[in-house]
Amino acid sequence: MSKTLIRGAKVLGGEPQDVLIEAGTIAEVGTGLSAEGAEVVEADGKVLLPGLVDLHTHLREPGREDSETVLTGTRAAASGGYTAVFAMANTFPVADTAGVVEQVWRLGQESGYCDVQPIGAVTVGLEGRKLAELGAMHESAAGVTVFSDDGKCVDDAVIMRRALEYVKAFGGVVAQHAQEPRLTEGAQMNEGVVSAELGLGGWPAVAEESIIARDVLLAEHVGSRVHICHLSTAGSVEIVRWAKSRGIDVTAEVTPHHLLLTDELVRSYNPVYKVNPPLRTERDVMALREALADGTIDIVATDHAPHPHEDKDCEWAAAAMGMVGLETALSVVQETMVDTGLLDWAGVADRMSFKPARIGRATGHGRPVSAGEPANLTLVDTAYRGAVDPAGFASRSRNTPYEGRELPGRVTHTWLRGKATLVDGKLT
Amino acid sequence: MQRHLISAADLTRDDAVLILDTAEEMARVADRPIKKLPTLRGRTVVNLFFEDSTRTRISFEAAEKRLSADVINFTAKGSSVSKGESLKDTAQTLEAMGVDAVVIRHGASGAPYRLATSGWIDAAVINAGDGTHQHPTQALLDAFTMRRRLVGRDAGLGQDLAGKRITIVGDVLHSRVARSNVDLLHTLGAEVTLVAPPTLLPVGIETWPCEVSYDLDSTLPKSDAVMMLRVQRERMNAAFFPTEREYSRRYGLDGDRMAKMPEHAIVMHPGPMVRGMEITAEVADSDRCTVVEQVANGVSIRMAVLYLLLGGNEPAVTHSRTTEEK
Amino acid sequence: MDKLDTQASDARPVLEGPDIARVLTRIAHEIVERAKGADDVVLLGIPTRGVFLARRLAAKLEQITEKQIPVGSLDITMYRDDLRLQPPRALARTEIPGDGLDGRLVVLVDDVLFSGRTIRAALDALNDIGRPRAVQLAVLVDRGHRELPIRADYVGKNLPTSLRETVKVQLAEEDGRDTVLLGAKPAAPDAQR
Repeated sequence: MSKTLIRGAKVLGGEPQDVLIEAGTIAEVGTGLSAEGAEVVEADGKVLLPGLVDLHTHLREPGREDSETVLTGTRAAASGGYTAVFAMANTFPVADTAGVVEQVWRLGQESGYCDVQPIGAVTVGLEGRKLAELGAMHESAAGVTVFSDDGKCVDDAVIMRRALEYVKAFGGVVAQHAQEPRLTEGAQMNEGVVSAELGLGGWPAVAEESIIARDVLLAEHVGSRVHICHLSTAGSVEIVRWAKSRGIDVTAEVTPHHLLLTDELVRSYNPVYKVNPPLRTERDVMALREALADGTIDIVATDHAPHPHEDKDCEWAAAAMGMVGLETALSVVQETMVDTGLLDWAGVADRMSFKPARIGRATGHGRPVSAGEPANLTLVDTAYRGAVDPAGFASRSRNTPYEGRELPGRVTHTWLRGKATLVDGKLT
Repeated sequence: MQRHLISAADLTRDDAVLILDTAEEMARVADRPIKKLPTLRGRTVVNLFFEDSTRTRISFEAAEKRLSADVINFTAKGSSVSKGESLKDTAQTLEAMGVDAVVIRHGASGAPYRLATSGWIDAAVINAGDGTHQHPTQALLDAFTMRRRLVGRDAGLGQDLAGKRITIVGDVLHSRVARSNVDLLHTLGAEVTLVAPPTLLPVGIETWPCEVSYDLDSTLPKSDAVMMLRVQRERMNAAFFPTEREYSRRYGLDGDRMAKMPEHAIVMHPGPMVRGMEITAEVADSDRCTVVEQVANGVSIRMAVLYLLLGGNEPAVTHSRTTEEK
Repeated sequence: MDKLDTQASDARPVLEGPDIARVLTRIAHEIVERAKGADDVVLLGIPTRGVFLARRLAAKLEQITEKQIPVGSLDITMYRDDLRLQPPRALARTEIPGDGLDGRLVVLVDDVLFSGRTIRAALDALNDIGRPRAVQLAVLVDRGHRELPIRADYVGKNLPTSLRETVKVQLAEEDGRDTVLLGAKPAAPDAQR
């Protein structure tokens, strides 16, 4: 199959158009295109988006293949409409050498469901003491441009400064997991009214905000760019807004779950709601939505964090932090941003494809839906509404906070360079 | 059908008064030559302790035995936990043995709630203290002690603690006793004031149904009961307060301070006391101090709770929160 | 102590206030006679109405003997054999007179004797409290249908009943008037003792 005609798709939510894919490239976009020799996909008013790009995914391979592998993770990505994911470095062994990042990159190539761009660790073993070989990882076949100790904060100000400076040499970016470690010792959930009542160790907003404030000032001082992972508080929004107004080269991401869920859910002591940074308050959720709409927060990133059942089927304190997200991200964004009128579909394409690709320098991804561009595309049935059933997930893990929750939108088709990875909601 | 006691906040005023009244009758059993009732014959209760607490365990054990329950003590600390056995596995092991109730003490806040609501077991769950969350039977025995002393043993029957002014002093942040007491005392109509250095009060406390003060001396004259919480010396190392000496000078209860309390007012402590830290020996040994009474009352309260949860074909105590979950 | 609804419209009185006073007087005389002066008698009422009856009996005994008669209450809830058949009941007061029960003649007092299970529970409860010289039973009404080998020593009125009937004792202390009502059992069968 060399030609595919997508008929009657609302490109970025606009008027229905036909899109012809030929040899992995978008050949033509228009109305009344000829279907001759092409397999026809009747879009029937569904929304066509550029393939989604996730700047923050945990694929767990190597080391925790019981929770996810590159193959299962990329299948989950394709199910969720993604054509490229950035794989975080906190694997076992840590992706802090050219060898490990090349392994992950190669596994991604072999999977064929979605491009995998490895993220390199900032420091050796994520320990925050010694810079990893950032240059070697960049020059490897994996071509790493994003570096992060995600899961841990680069809390040493000097190490952070050096990393920010060092990656300038090859246009890299440091993605900071902002969490002041001393302020979050024993932290189990957002510190506030609910934590006081439940007697769970508090994770104060200031532990995130103080690091973000420090890092934007460091980025300004050394003239580098910095990316903030999973921003979760209203205060963080204010700091990033201030930094951007000052011209500091900062970008920020928000996860789908921080756009929807609050710490009130922790009252159930159900560890599916345990995540880092923790679920915050209604006020934070509203500030995050507003910031994503006005561009203060640049992108949505899933922080897809698979964990095996036994790591969640236990008491809260013993449970692992994190939620799977690739297969529900677009639905949550539609629920919180599109259906609320905060963002249109062009805005969704911007926050979930164009910008993350640009921040991560993912060539060939996050391109406009127009002739001559690589055919990385996602078709979404935005009229759909249904309950989330984890049994249907392609991910190896089921730790979703949305089980049984009704959400809108369903990805029906995904194309990676013209090859369908998802057809009618089924992986190829 | 719910038959658990997880949080003092789950008890209605009528539930709580019923438990206190029942405990009064149970207390009379202690005065009899044969301190045993056949009520829970054939029922098996497991004391599942993931944390050391000899006092609480033997109190429950005495209560269970006085009601003729079969008692199994399962001290998980240092054994199954270190072997990586999860709460779930332990619970299912107990379930397989056919237990009717699990009295659980756990270091993790929410563990009893999880045990009761996750479908791992069918047995009744009684929280004997979880992390820094709740310790409902402690709050009940404290309320029982207050009602006896401040209202009267017989006069108190059917009564709550309306209008009584209760001051709770010390490490509120790390205290499940404080949380349980605030919830229960509020339900019973008492006016609660928490007194502590700001470092030992949780962020978010402003929504609790109580007053908060940093000044012990101004609160004492307006107190019908003063409950001193244990303050662990190690907190000093995490900078919650500068030194032991400064803590006891500002927040400890000594003879001079006790003299500022109204004549009828009592001094309470959940134990174990750290003499010289939050309380001086003079106060601890005075007849206004109810520590020993509290221990005795603990058995009566736990008998009452066990009877009301297990004594029939369904519990006599309603639990709004856990019921909603189902 | 029959818990059934008293408002059954067709309930008819079988004993009225004066009858109740008369039979209590008679029982008091019988006790004095059989106990040869009632010197060591202790009356224990079974809550709720047995306690009021015990107090009335004690007053009458004191009139007759001109001696103080110890009177108390014995709650049998936690000794019941049907605990698991219904929700836990609120406990009533057990009040043993100061000199205890050892070596005394304990007269248990209840309003209605029916299956005998309450009395069995009372005997068990007594066992945990002391060792009386002897235990006797006084009831206002014996309605028959015993399920255990138990009989009353003093009976106010023998009242042959059908199992489809209810017997309800009302006493001024609790119900505002003295009467014994015989009625039809409501449609929904309530727990019986």
